[in-house]
Amino acid sequence: MSLTPITVHHYLVLSTLLFAIGLFGVLFQRNIIIVLMSLELMLSGANLAFVTFSRTHANLQGQVMVFFSIAVAAAEAAVALSILIALFRARDSVNVDAASDLKG
Amino acid sequence: MEAVVFYGFGGLAVVAALLMVLARSPLNGVLWLVVCFVGIAGLFAALDAHFLAAVQVLVYAGAILVLFLFVIMLLNLRPGDLSRLTGFSLRGGGAWGFGVGVLGFAAVVTAVILGAHLDPVTGKGGVTTLVPRAMSAMEPLSGGAVEVAVPLFSTYLLPFEAVSLLLLAAIVGAVALTKKRLP
Repeated sequence: MSLTPITVHHYLVLSTLLFAIGLFGVLFQRNIIIVLMSLELMLSGANLAFVTFSRTHANLQGQVMVFFSIAVAAAEAAVALSILIALFRARDSVNVDAASDLKG
Repeated sequence: MEAVVFYGFGGLAVVAALLMVLARSPLNGVLWLVVCFVGIAGLFAALDAHFLAAVQVLVYAGAILVLFLFVIMLLNLRPGDLSRLTGFSLRGGGAWGFGVGVLGFAAVVTAVILGAHLDPVTGKGGVTTLVPRAMSAMEPLSGGAVEVAVPLFSTYLLPFEAVSLLLLAAIVGAVALTKKRLP
C-alpha cells in the first residue's frame, strides 16, 4: 500500500471537516446539549489548525494559543451549562425551540 | 507510519464526531465526543505537541465532558425527551446556514486540492502559494511541558493572568445562574 506523504493539507482538510461537522450539529440539532457539544467540536477543529501551523512553522506560539483556547472553552462550557440548567427549570425541555421567544 | 497514525486517529475523530452529531440521546453524544477528543489528542501527539495531547485528554475529555455528564444526570431527562430529539429541521435559517457551511467547506477543499497541484518553482497552477511538504520533512519542534511553559510564562504572562480572571468570572457566573432563589 503506497500512501502519499502526509502534508499540511491533510491536516487542514481534517480540521475543516471537524469544524464543518460541528457547524452541522449547531445548526441542525434540536437538543441543546448536543448543540453545546458541537460547539466544543468546532473549537477543537480550530485548535487542530493552530497546532498544525505551529508544527509547520516550528513555532510554539500556536500551541500557547491552543492553551488559551482550551481554557476559554472550559469557561464557556461552565457558563453555557448553567444557562442550560436555568432554561430547563424555566421551560422543562432541552429542545432549542422551547427557547425561541424571549418573553417572560 | 506517519500516514497510518494520521488516517487512524483522523478517521477515528471524524467518525466519532459524526456519530456524536447524529446521536439520539445526549449521553451517547458525550461518549462519542470523548472518543473524538482522544483521536484529536493522538493527532496532537503526531504533530509533536505532546503536552497539548495530555492536556486535551485531561481537560477536554476528562473535565469538560464529565461536566456535561453531570448536567445530563442533573436534568433527569424523561424518555420522551430523548426520542423527541432525533430529527433535524431543515426549515428557516437552518437551510441557509447549511448552504453556507457546505460552500465554505467545498471552498477550502478546492483551494487545498488546487494548491497541492501547483508548481513548486513558479507557484503557478493553484490558488494558493502554499507548497506542500511532507510533515516528516519539517524542521523538528519539541512541544514538551518545559518548552511550552517558556513562552506561556514570559511573552504571554498577561493573557495568562487574564484567562485566570476569566475562569474566576465563569465560576462565579455559573454559581449565580444556577443557585435557587431563596424566598
